[in-house]
Amino acid sequence: MSWLPALLAAGLVTFATRLSFIALLGRREPPPVVVRALRFVPPAVLSAIILPEMLVRDGVLRPTLDNPRLLAGVVAAVVAWRSRNVLLTIAVGMGALWALQALGLR
Amino acid sequence: MSPAPPTRRRELWSGCLDELPILLGVVPFGMIYGLLAIRAGLPTLVAQAMSSIVFAGSAQFIAAQLILERSPGLVVVLTVLVVNLRHLLYSAAMAPRLRHLGLRWKCLLAYLLTDEAYAVIATRCLRDEARPEAAVSPHRHWYFLGAGLTLWVSWQVSTAVGVLLGAQVPAAWSLDFTLALTFIALVFPYLRDRAGLAAALSAGALSVLAYGLPYKLGLVLAALAGIGVGLAAERRRA
Repeated sequence: MSWLPALLAAGLVTFATRLSFIALLGRREPPPVVVRALRFVPPAVLSAIILPEMLVRDGVLRPTLDNPRLLAGVVAAVVAWRSRNVLLTIAVGMGALWALQALGLR
Repeated sequence: MSPAPPTRRRELWSGCLDELPILLGVVPFGMIYGLLAIRAGLPTLVAQAMSSIVFAGSAQFIAAQLILERSPGLVVVLTVLVVNLRHLLYSAAMAPRLRHLGLRWKCLLAYLLTDEAYAVIATRCLRDEARPEAAVSPHRHWYFLGAGLTLWVSWQVSTAVGVLLGAQVPAAWSLDFTLALTFIALVFPYLRDRAGLAAALSAGALSVLAYGLPYKLGLVLAALAGIGVGLAAERRRA
């Protein structure tokens, strides 16, 4: 049960971010610098998760053309950019990864 | 004469209905979370409990990985906080619309305030803003509740299905890659201007370079640095 306190605390901080302005600033706008900083949270957090998933395998940096996740990720990025469709991006990206793995890339 | 405002039940129901199309993307994501959490070795109970306690897909993926790596609890909590910081944005947007409600309603709707519920609620509010203020339904929060609850139920159920199937899906399917693919699709709308692009590129590069740091600290540091770079880039242009 050692994970339980961390899990509860993780739930609590998530709830706190969602309740924050709803509870505290019901009649006021948040400070402008906070709003400006928040705009950059999604692109910063998302790409900080994405790029290691594509470029690092088993703790090793693999920025090479025999890395199937890098290639499939690039294909998915083109689909995402053109279509803005989440499901299509996932489908094409997984299809590309499986095709590359079938060709022997690991 | 304007027509009578919709009843609470009508609002609740139409919130549920409007949330349905978005479930197409949520249900597979929930199942994949359940699959991965189990396949990676989380106990069934932990995997399922996280869906109701944390109730945030991307944070759950990361937290499951961290728990498996036996990261200190503080690291798990800090990472979940950074990944979920964007909810501050939704909270700020919702605050004026919920101002008239009691604390219990505020807490309930805040708990249900996910990316996907917010997307549907924001669309409804945009529709309302095109109408005179008196025409906005006094029971609109029931619509918010309908959208949020629909998402909550489908997240719990799809997680449970994934948890049950978990052990039977082979690792060779590489389903963990769907996390990166989902985020690739989600990140593009934020890259339209130079500051957003700078934030994303710097955070991504730093995160790769700092990958060797224990407990995904690289992720947290890179994300915070990326936010700073975005702010700086914006200020330079202004």
